[in-house]
Parts: sequence; structure tokens; C-alpha cells
Amino acid sequence: MKAKQNTFKRRTMLYIPGNNPAMLQQGSVYGADGILLDLEDAVALNQKDAARILVSHMMQYVSYEGCEVTVRVNHIDTPFGLEDLKQMVPLQPDALRLPKVETVDEIKRIIDVIEEIENEHQLQHDQMKVHVMIETALGVQNVFDIAGYSPRIDAISIGGQDLAADMQLVKANDGIGIDYARKQIVMAAKAHKIDVFDTVYVDVEDEDGLREEAEYIKKLGFTGKAIINPRQIEIVNEVFTPTEQEIRKAVKIVKAFERNKAEGIGVFAVDGKMVDAPVVQRAIRVLEMADIELESL
Amino acid sequence: MNLKVKAQAGSFESSDVLIMIEPVESGSGRIIELKSIVMQQFGDDLLAQIHADLDNFDVRDVRVIVNDKGALPPTVSARLETALKRSAQVQSGTLS
Repeated sequence: MKAKQNTFKRRTMLYIPGNNPAMLQQGSVYGADGILLDLEDAVALNQKDAARILVSHMMQYVSYEGCEVTVRVNHIDTPFGLEDLKQMVPLQPDALRLPKVETVDEIKRIIDVIEEIENEHQLQHDQMKVHVMIETALGVQNVFDIAGYSPRIDAISIGGQDLAADMQLVKANDGIGIDYARKQIVMAAKAHKIDVFDTVYVDVEDEDGLREEAEYIKKLGFTGKAIINPRQIEIVNEVFTPTEQEIRKAVKIVKAFERNKAEGIGVFAVDGKMVDAPVVQRAIRVLEMADIELESL
Repeated sequence: MNLKVKAQAGSFESSDVLIMIEPVESGSGRIIELKSIVMQQFGDDLLAQIHADLDNFDVRDVRVIVNDKGALPPTVSARLETALKRSAQVQSGTLS
């Protein structure tokens, strides 16, 4: 069964601690494309019950319209994970984010539990999407099979902090140690035609460093990036939004493609550069990211 | 709901509410002590909401101490539910 098509932009996903009422009630006003209501690492072990109940009430009260709502639950093998699923699945957020997935057997086990809960509540299996987090070396090695396990998995993400710890990296801030993992995860996502999110940038004071990292991961092929502070949103959104120059170029290419297609020409030149199908495809993607409909050209 | 021990949930942070629950003898009724930074504007609404939530959990006899820092209704309900479950020792999926 194919999961519901995603209709949100996914440049930025803002983590919101699940036990913080002030941030939960304002979640969608910061300008992120999505919010990640976090029941996992952002919540103290003795407040898991409080966070779960608070997120549950907030989701039923606050309108997060225009913002993709994802809940990050605890891993199913922790004392908290199963209860998270029991409480969150019936609420059907846009997506559930599953941390530290390492094997296909594990994702199968978790999705089976999700679908059992959905059955108990007479809910369809094709509405709420599943996002898988890869945060260990074993997960990186298995990411292609994990990402392809179920059609309701429509995004994967890399958890850089946990991965660096798992790899026993002492200095992790420059991203060198997780670079292979980033590329492997992007390739797995592209092979399955699903989205892929980068890890957080932990130094909220370092805006230049954030921009540099966002530009780098955009070049790698990431769809967007997780954010830990609202002040990081504008920078990442800007990096992932096409510039005026990029839009003009894309419009030129798509218009030239339409003209040439009518004459049966598949390869042509725009401003002295060869244009073929993949170039047109990239130009169309630029226009989509800029919210420009092809019919309007 | 059968309350067993003193319990609390929430915090003194802005937009939150700290709720303390204390079991009392059967027949004592509800003793609600309410402090709020928006007492004048929303005190009556807050009290009505706490009574309605206690009705939902079928709690007749209890002392509830509420210190509100401008919480929205879902936060008040969530903190009260958490404190009641902790008091009844029926909370699950957490460490104490």
C-alpha cells in the first residue's frame, strides 16, 4: 500500500522538546517547514510520562496548519517506546520519527506494532508516514534495505551526534567522521525516491558554520536539515530556497525544452550549454522548490 | 481513580503550571488552592477546567495545589492528568 503523498516542503524541521509547553504552543509560528515534537533525547527520563501526555493534549488543541508535524518517539526497546507508540499512533501525526534503527528486522517489528495499534483504532495504514533515523554504524551499513522496507517510510535522516558517539569519534563538529555515512544515507534515499534529512548543527551561535554546512549538505543531495533553535531556520530555508538567478535559468531551460519538444528535439543548448533530460529535470525541481507551477510559465 | 501518594507535575516556567496532588480522606471533597498570574482574567475558567478534569477521572476527594504561570488549557489538563496518574501510581513508560 502506498503511503499518502507528502505535500510539505522539507527544508527545515525544528525540534521541540516534548515537555516544553511554551515551545509546543508556538511550534508553527517560527517559520520551519516542519516541527519535530520530541519525546526522546530532549526529555528527562523521569518526565517521559509528562511529555507524552502534554504532546498528546497539545496536538489535539493547537493548530499546526501549514507545518508538517512529526513526533519522535523513543526506541521500542527502551522502557518508554511502546507507550509512546500507544499514545501517539492514534493521534496520527503527519509522521513518526523512529530513532536508532539498525536492521530490517527491527523496522519490521516497529511497523508491525504501529499497524497493530492502528488496527485496534480502526485507522488506515496509509496516512501517517514513518521517518527512520540512522544513528549507528550498523544502521548505516543496512540503510538501503531499511529505507526500502515499507512504502510508508517516506524519509530517512542521519542522527549525527549519536552516530559520532557510536563511531567513537572524539572530534565530531567538522563532520569529517560522518561524511561517508551522510553520502551512503543520501544514496539509499535517492535509490528509493524518498526524502533525506541532515542532522542538527549544535553550535547555535555559529551562523556562518551553519550556513556552510547547509550549503554542503544541499550539494550532497539532502532534502533539508533538522534544526534545534528557531534562529537557525532562516539560514537553512534560505540555502534550500532557489535564488532569483537560479529561478531565471530554470525558467529559460524549461521554456526552451517545451519549444524544442514540440519540434521533436531532445538535446539543445541554452546560453551555450548543453541541455538534455536530466538538466530539465533539475530545472523543474528548482521551480518546484520556488513554488512556481509549470503551467504558469 | 484511587489516589495513593502525594505527586506533582509541571513547572514554574512561563506558560506552564505546577500542580500538586495530595490524597485526602474519603468524604473530604475537593480542596483546590489556586494561584495564577492571570487570576483576574481566567481564574474562574481555570477552576472550572480543573473541576471538569477531576470529574473525568472520577476524583471526588483530593487536595489540588495549582500554581499557574499562564498555561493554556491543554497544558493545565496535561499536568493535572500526569499528577493524578503519578498519585494513583498508574503512570507508565517513565522512570520515577
